[in-house]
Amino acid sequence: MSVPQDLRYLQTHEWHRLDGDTITIGITQIAADELTDITYVSLPKVGTKLTASGRFGEIESVKATSDLYSGVAGTVTEVNAALADNPGLVNSDPYKGGWMLKVRLDNRGDFDKLLPADEYLKKTGH
Amino acid sequence: MLKRTPFHDFHVAAGAKLVEYAGWEMPILYRGIVEEHEQTRNSGSLFDVSHMGRLYFNGKDAQRFLDHVLTRNVAQQKVGQSRYSLVCNESGGVIDDVIVSRDETHWLLVCNASNRERIVRHFEFVRQERGGFDVRMDDRTESTAMVAIQGPKVIDKLSEVLPTDLRSLKRYSFTNDEVMMTRFTVFRSGYTGEDGVEMVLPAKAATMAMKMLDARADHSGATIRPAGLGARDTLRLEAAMPLYGHELGDTIDPLSAGLAWAVDLGGKEFIGAEALREKMAKGIQRRLVGLELEGRRIARQGTPIKKSGEVVGEVTSGTFSPTLQKSIAMAFVDSSIGEGAAVVADLKGTDNPATVVRLPFYKRTAS
Repeated sequence: MSVPQDLRYLQTHEWHRLDGDTITIGITQIAADELTDITYVSLPKVGTKLTASGRFGEIESVKATSDLYSGVAGTVTEVNAALADNPGLVNSDPYKGGWMLKVRLDNRGDFDKLLPADEYLKKTGH
Repeated sequence: MLKRTPFHDFHVAAGAKLVEYAGWEMPILYRGIVEEHEQTRNSGSLFDVSHMGRLYFNGKDAQRFLDHVLTRNVAQQKVGQSRYSLVCNESGGVIDDVIVSRDETHWLLVCNASNRERIVRHFEFVRQERGGFDVRMDDRTESTAMVAIQGPKVIDKLSEVLPTDLRSLKRYSFTNDEVMMTRFTVFRSGYTGEDGVEMVLPAKAATMAMKMLDARADHSGATIRPAGLGARDTLRLEAAMPLYGHELGDTIDPLSAGLAWAVDLGGKEFIGAEALREKMAKGIQRRLVGLELEGRRIARQGTPIKKSGEVVGEVTSGTFSPTLQKSIAMAFVDSSIGEGAAVVADLKGTDNPATVVRLPFYKRTAS
């Protein structure tokens, strides 16, 4: 199993992509495969303030329900509306079409503290 | 150390994701729960159910013994017939739900994997304490294998490879047959809401059987493909079939669970009959109903059900139905709440509207 090298991760399987002062968040293919068929993704409203390592939502599959965490503090600027009708995008295209949130960063330092790809894989036993 | 079924090598070769279930290492899925669910509804799936308990009974008093421990009147059962039945405790709670089949020289009782040791102890206890039963019980779970092959195309497909006349085998009937020197028993039954069969065969014939059935995971056009416990659960839930530990348990009586049809209160005495007659006379306080939730969220086991702000029940099983594309659940609610009633499911503090609906959620169209 491999994961994109240019992203940063939480041990709870969320990926983070940095673009200027905006972070995009989703979950890894490893997590999506583990959850199996995803049926529902609960996301916060635009404008919601997130804290680093704080819970921002919930993801459900036919098998289980799991919490979703943000690795960074900031303000939600956009949520992926496509997931409301098609949550299966998280299974089929977790790093692109299955993205969940865009967040305006409070501190750039938060991103640098997140796990690089190889450490994420090591910590999650892959 | 987890027990492995005779199909373990097959599961590994087919790329199954294996999990612990009731002390066994079992496939939860091969390709995906929803895909396997749809394959079962549209064509056919093969499920390894070798973990389920297979107890054989014989002896002069086998019938009398089974009549004493089962809620169903087995004396009326003919050779070649299977019956769904319950095993109750003295308070009328359910120790297990089972399928009992009457053969020429013996009876076969298939029980849940999770309850096998408990039920064996219960039967041993009854045999010794109640005395006077000339009955022998032989647990052949680990020397035999069992598969369920389910789906609308299964009977036609199996008729090509088995010598047995499956088309004239009635629902809840079984027959013994032989192929390439291997004896097997085939039952027209299942746990998916589809037509199909369940088969018991010698453990050592498992590999040969898989080749013959050609249930290859990598063969996308195949009529029959393997499916795991994940799809088995979503299929049985759509068909509103109870699962022990969810809709049934030691403190749940079969009348509340909508299984009065499997309890012969008129005809005979059995363990739990007295308590059940009393419950029947007093009236049922709560009963099992179906729920359809608005939206896509799932109400899992334990979710409180409320009406006008008051808790009136609790969810036993819930999922997102792949066939109906709706969030569905079964729940015990106050018996005053009828079909069509508007209730809410309390999903961790969020009230999600739901409607009480008729069970089952899914019924196959007659073929």
